[in-house]
Amino acid sequence: MSEVASAIAPDARPRLPRGVRLVHNEAQGGWVLLAPERVFKADLVSVAVLKRCTGEATFAAIIDDLAAAFKAPRERILADVTTLLRGLADKRFLEL
Amino acid sequence: MAGGDAKLHSPLGLLAELTHRCPLGCPYCSNPLALDPRSEELDTETWARVFKEAAGLGVLQVHLSGGEPGARRDLVEIAAAAHACGLYTNLITSAVGITAATLHKLAEYGLDHVQISIQDSEEKSADHIAGYQGAFARKRALAAVVVDLKIPLTVNAVMHRANIDRLEAMVALALALGASRVEIAHAQYYGGALKNRSALMPTEAQVRRAAATVQELRRKHHGEIVIDAVVPDYHARLPKPCVGGWGRRSLNVTPSGKVLPCHAAESIPSLQFWSVREHALADIWAHAPAFKAFRGTDWMKEPCLSCARRDLDFGGCRCQAFALTGDARATDPVCHLAPGHDLVQKLAAVQGDVPYAYRRL
Repeated sequence: MSEVASAIAPDARPRLPRGVRLVHNEAQGGWVLLAPERVFKADLVSVAVLKRCTGEATFAAIIDDLAAAFKAPRERILADVTTLLRGLADKRFLEL
Repeated sequence: MAGGDAKLHSPLGLLAELTHRCPLGCPYCSNPLALDPRSEELDTETWARVFKEAAGLGVLQVHLSGGEPGARRDLVEIAAAAHACGLYTNLITSAVGITAATLHKLAEYGLDHVQISIQDSEEKSADHIAGYQGAFARKRALAAVVVDLKIPLTVNAVMHRANIDRLEAMVALALALGASRVEIAHAQYYGGALKNRSALMPTEAQVRRAAATVQELRRKHHGEIVIDAVVPDYHARLPKPCVGGWGRRSLNVTPSGKVLPCHAAESIPSLQFWSVREHALADIWAHAPAFKAFRGTDWMKEPCLSCARRDLDFGGCRCQAFALTGDARATDPVCHLAPGHDLVQKLAAVQGDVPYAYRRL
């Protein structure tokens, strides 16, 4: 397994496919990502990223948007979001 | 038995055994030997209430299973009720008993995921293991409908001595069927499977080869398909964290409405189970004696009680400990630290050339 996630094309339009749902659950105390035989607790940063993965916005636009929203360096956002989305895509929990 | 003051988690998953009716007769079936008759099955309204209560408890995913859930004529209404509560719905099916039309209707009502079992990569062997001529073809056909509807598909490949050498071919079949996930589900010995244990038990060499094959296939197919696999119990050194801990992350409702901490729990004679016919689910989760019996760690004996792994594997499986030692509080003998571990090693070496005792209602 490589340490650096492989790059995502800037014009990719990431989206959560059918069968992968980001939901807010009171009883579980926050946001969760539901997938086949998997439940992930989603922290606020992941939620901010995944909410933007609608299949409409391009990857580049999402990164720009997040960099502005979190007032963080673009390269840092790019690295972190690439890792998150590649990890999900590798498990078929995200379409790029 | 201690455990009553243990921290109460909220469950994540509900296994809804809608019926014990099933057209197949798989010898590894984990349903209990005493199956619930049709006359005792919960009706649609009761299942709807159970789902509502489950959602209120914090349950996120419901697994519609059985027997064969497709044997229920009200399957669509049941699945729709689960979806209406906001639950993630997973259909666990043999594919025999679910038509394309039913699957389309289920999709309309929000079905999130389908899991189809396969018994082998070769049709004749697959149908022989299932005890049903034509099962293999039906699974292929339904998988195509699942994929066409863009619902994620998991192929559940139950592995045992008769098919374990074709693991690679079974993963190839899963890929060909369009699955995004394949479970290499080594047979576990509860219910019908316990009865057929020596007929199912793989050899040490087969298990080693299978593990190596899984590693290779994971490298080869990274990003294409997720391959889930765990070491089969009897060939392991460490026990599995059974159901994520007793009364911790999941619960099971039987066709007649009994609520179990795990699907095999009725095999432990001292446990008292409550029914959804008499109690609300939240009440059962928190207060039913069967749930309190092994919740937390107070009930543990040594070596589990002082073990560094006790919060990782929870001492393994209570039902397996009972089945193999007669003591439900004992360390699961799968653990190399268990006094009874050599029994498991002996049983793992028993490969009986005996015909299957097929599951029949």
